[in-house]
Amino acid sequence: MPKTYQNPRYPYRRSVDQDRDKGHHPVVIVGAGLVGLTAAVDLASRGVATVVLDDDDTISFGSRALCFSQRTLEIYDRLGLGEKLQEKGVTWNRGKVFFRDREIYGFDLQPEGGHRWPAFINLQQYYPEEWLVERAAESGLVDLRWKNKVVDVGQDDSEVTLCIETPDGPYELTCDYLLAADGARSQVRRSFGLAFDGQVFQDRFLIADVVMKADFPTERWFWFDPPFHPGQSALLHKQPDGVWRIDLQLGWEADPEEEKKPEKVIPRLKAMLGADTDFELEWVSVYTFQCRRLARFRHGRVFFIGDSAHQVSPFGARGGNGGVQDADNLCWKLAAVLDGRAEESLLDSYDTERIPAADENILHSTRSTDFITPKNAASRAFRDATLELAAELPFARALVNSGRLSQAYCPPQVDQGSLGPGSPCPDAPLQRGTQRAWLLHQLQGGFCGIYFTETTLSTEESGKLARLTRDHPDLKSLVITKQDCPSRNNGTGAWQDCEGLFEARYGTTPGGFTLVRPDQHVVDHWPVLDCAAVARARAAALA
Amino acid sequence: MSAHLVTDPNLDAADDFYAALTELHRDLDEAESAKVNAKLILLLANHIGDAEVLKEAIALARPAEKA
Repeated sequence: MPKTYQNPRYPYRRSVDQDRDKGHHPVVIVGAGLVGLTAAVDLASRGVATVVLDDDDTISFGSRALCFSQRTLEIYDRLGLGEKLQEKGVTWNRGKVFFRDREIYGFDLQPEGGHRWPAFINLQQYYPEEWLVERAAESGLVDLRWKNKVVDVGQDDSEVTLCIETPDGPYELTCDYLLAADGARSQVRRSFGLAFDGQVFQDRFLIADVVMKADFPTERWFWFDPPFHPGQSALLHKQPDGVWRIDLQLGWEADPEEEKKPEKVIPRLKAMLGADTDFELEWVSVYTFQCRRLARFRHGRVFFIGDSAHQVSPFGARGGNGGVQDADNLCWKLAAVLDGRAEESLLDSYDTERIPAADENILHSTRSTDFITPKNAASRAFRDATLELAAELPFARALVNSGRLSQAYCPPQVDQGSLGPGSPCPDAPLQRGTQRAWLLHQLQGGFCGIYFTETTLSTEESGKLARLTRDHPDLKSLVITKQDCPSRNNGTGAWQDCEGLFEARYGTTPGGFTLVRPDQHVVDHWPVLDCAAVARARAAALA
Repeated sequence: MSAHLVTDPNLDAADDFYAALTELHRDLDEAESAKVNAKLILLLANHIGDAEVLKEAIALARPAEKA
């Protein structure tokens, strides 16, 4: 059916492990989907070789994840794909909410400037997957094995063993660490018999990708109880290639097989788009959804990332974006453990950091679902009251929940003025002479210490910074000045906080020092650089 | 100290308010009444704003057997 995109077919190739007894690899990833491929490319960027196993020979069908959040774009920029996503994708920051026959309000997810990346871009999931496959090949560190189906997994204290089926028959291999990125129906999860509990929502949704010429703006449009689809909700997103994504709520009674048939889908879409709008169906799917997660994401040497670990409703774009952030969190830690810079116990922090993030995603998407699909007459009365008030009174707009859209997870903060430990680093524009740059672009790879100063570092400050980077060769430093002082900063590599947004967003003052992790999260901040304290914090971040 | 829900008599004109409340519903069917009540709750809750006060009100409103 798809007309705008032809899925690549990746050939099955016999691997060296099929001709030997139990080949061993440091890291194996199960699942070459968005999250598994992201992990493979992230690990490759840190010099870690992986074997990636996928039971299919292609990437995803249909737009699927579609909405890539600012944090995901920042991560893909680190992996060298940010500009490609932005160039192909449809950038959007704004949305509109409709109730019955009228628009009740519009919103802007990124009202203030000074960010390299927009709140969201829309892009069919197969594009980033295809590019990740290319990046993986270019790296020379990813052994991507298509038509390799994992049928069983076991582990003991020293290694993980996988049983794999291929067109040439079965083989086994072992690894030190296994990343299970094999989706909501994870075979790895089933092999270990792990419970995957949560809430099933009694509702069905139709997703359709349609090709049409239309002049809707590049905004997220959400309808509650629209005239073209009474009693239900509808969602419209623009995609590249002249494709539009439409989600229509169908209710629990709908027959999923019937609803997928073009003779059912087309009249529904005609009612929405108008009888005169020409469109062609690109992809159709009917889904129900669940909000659930594993009790723990780390099981010994096995790590669950993405949908294999947690599932959310689609409202809020928290599935794909949550999974990419899982990979972002885990990969630098795994690389640090594998090259001996960190203790193995560091890997436990994947659990302690990503479980609260998954819970936040589940909470938001559950609340959105409850708002969109009221469970009883009282909730419907509250929902309709909220929507009617929202048309006139701004206070009620805060209560309208058509999806709380994905943002980087930030742990609860103790108010200390500056950005606290665990915060995702905000972006900020920087300047050096006529050269412009973005802060996050400077924070790529390893640990980084950001030294903020009025115009230039004093001799004493420079000395401290030099000692710190000498003692910790994996720690890069970045000097940011409050004032422009080109003559003195020429050649020192300092950048000016040209719009004051670094100072404002990080809550720092001249003399302040911020230590950042390899995944662009704050380790800690000090109002004055204390080398011993920074060294302790760096050690703790690797423990 | 954070504010508490006022449960002592505090209405300016209690009988007038009560009459206005019932008057509001005079010509409404059940579904309309439910929505009007919901609007009223949302408007008043926003006026109060304080999460602790609202929590106390929700706790007091909950039927005793479900508490």
